[in-house]
Amino acid sequence: MKEPIRIASGQGFWGDLLTAPRAQVTKGPIDYLVMDYLAEVTMSIMQKQKRRDPKLGYAKDLVPLIADILPDCVEHNIKIITNGGGVNPQACAEAILDNARKLGVKGLKIGVVTGDDILGRIDEFRSNGIDFRNMETGEVVSTIADRISSANVYFGAFPIVEALQMGADIVITGRTTDTGLTLAPMIYEYGWNEDDWDKLAAGTIAGHIMECGGQATGGNFSADWKNVPDLENIGFPIAEAYADGSIVITKHKDTGGLVSQQTVKEQLLYEIGNPNNYITPETVADFTTIQLSDDGPDRVKMSGVKGEPCTDTYKVSMSYTDGYTAVSTLTYTWPDALEKAQAADKILRKRLQNLGLQFDEIRTEFIGVNACHGHLTAIPNPINEVALRFGVRGNDFESVERFGKEIAPLILTGPPSVTGFAGGRPKPSEVIAFWPALIPKDAVQPSITIEQL
Amino acid sequence: MKIRLIDIAHARSGDKGDTANIGLIAREEIHYPILKKYVTAEKVKSFFGEMVKGEVERFELPNLGALNFLLHGALGGGGTKSLMIDAQGKTYAAALLRMEFEIEETV
Repeated sequence: MKEPIRIASGQGFWGDLLTAPRAQVTKGPIDYLVMDYLAEVTMSIMQKQKRRDPKLGYAKDLVPLIADILPDCVEHNIKIITNGGGVNPQACAEAILDNARKLGVKGLKIGVVTGDDILGRIDEFRSNGIDFRNMETGEVVSTIADRISSANVYFGAFPIVEALQMGADIVITGRTTDTGLTLAPMIYEYGWNEDDWDKLAAGTIAGHIMECGGQATGGNFSADWKNVPDLENIGFPIAEAYADGSIVITKHKDTGGLVSQQTVKEQLLYEIGNPNNYITPETVADFTTIQLSDDGPDRVKMSGVKGEPCTDTYKVSMSYTDGYTAVSTLTYTWPDALEKAQAADKILRKRLQNLGLQFDEIRTEFIGVNACHGHLTAIPNPINEVALRFGVRGNDFESVERFGKEIAPLILTGPPSVTGFAGGRPKPSEVIAFWPALIPKDAVQPSITIEQL
Repeated sequence: MKIRLIDIAHARSGDKGDTANIGLIAREEIHYPILKKYVTAEKVKSFFGEMVKGEVERFELPNLGALNFLLHGALGGGGTKSLMIDAQGKTYAAALLRMEFEIEETV
């Protein structure tokens, strides 16, 4: 048994630093590279792409990215785990295999985890009595049933473990929890059981620290951002996992950024709810049991984590269309920058009213004054320049589109010293809203297959 | 004495739907009891005022010297529905750190 194993975070979201995976693979020893691609809105975008072309529906940049690092991963026996398969993991795996073939890689095995995409099965489940009640609002799903644009079950680490046991060098999944990507290699390597709640919780929390990439290693760091070294060369986090469930968070030597108790704590608290009750498919982790200690430069040790038995449901995330928005910005300068922006706001609102357009919401923000912190901030004086940010939302596409034609005219028919209208008329974009629900675990089965060169 | 929250704490914020969360962390161990005593859910709710339409919940993590706040109805509907520039509540942490208050203790 190899101990510890080193699991490296390569991407924290779809669109993350493209140089990070290569740095993780080449700047020091690692055993696993994990890459998280899926935010809630991503699934809906991918379904749209798949409808247009049945060969799409996954994170496209994953394919060249893996081709770039594959020879190094093969040479150093680094396994890759990612949920970048989106709503089409099979097509993603095939595209990766095509590249591997061209690179002359022999004997590569790709594990594919599917079964999470239940968009085509909603009616079937509903007729079997699964009501998909909204977890947050309690509403029944019938109100949005005809507008659902994606529906995915959050599978966890165990289907990935199965793929690893089948010999996979790369595992491509659909909607797997961010934390499951990091937890899976620990279960696989150390043979943790399905009821090793404390260890599963420790690996889950390590996954939570890793899932946003550089946010654990000095990025977006509020405590002391000015003294984080070499952010241009930031090292992404690495979890060094031990068989007893203790974990050291670190990064490669000779990379930028910082690992300290403070950077780890900020990420631990990022986007959590009740800290006693962090629910994943594998366990319920208790963040109030985490003990952190320093373990040398850029090394923080985590131990003492407790977990409770898992629930008998998976979370389901559905997305549905819910109207349109359009947003545009104009910049006004001294003198009287704010007064001009405020006057333009009034003129625009009156013109929209005179046109008889229908909106559910109109919002004006003054960037440079109070757009983010509202009434909590004093208005600076004098203001050199202010950006008027104007947005509308509504179900009537024509109204939202017509709004877009009212911005440019304001430059010649409104207050002076205005600029910054680049990029053309704002176009309506579809609102994707989310519907979190639960499904009994025994209603869905993950499917694990191996594609081999 | 009067203190500014930014001098004794650091923070990170994010979103879950229309709820913003703020993780508020004591800079030093001795600062945690001050956070726990003075930065109550009620105080945070009234501090944000009209910016938070729903309730504010607070959870304690003494092991990390930290508090976690959930600000419900704080993101204009959340996700792609929100017209706010900060639809994901990324700057709410900094907003909370603007808080100033009187304490009986000296730190």
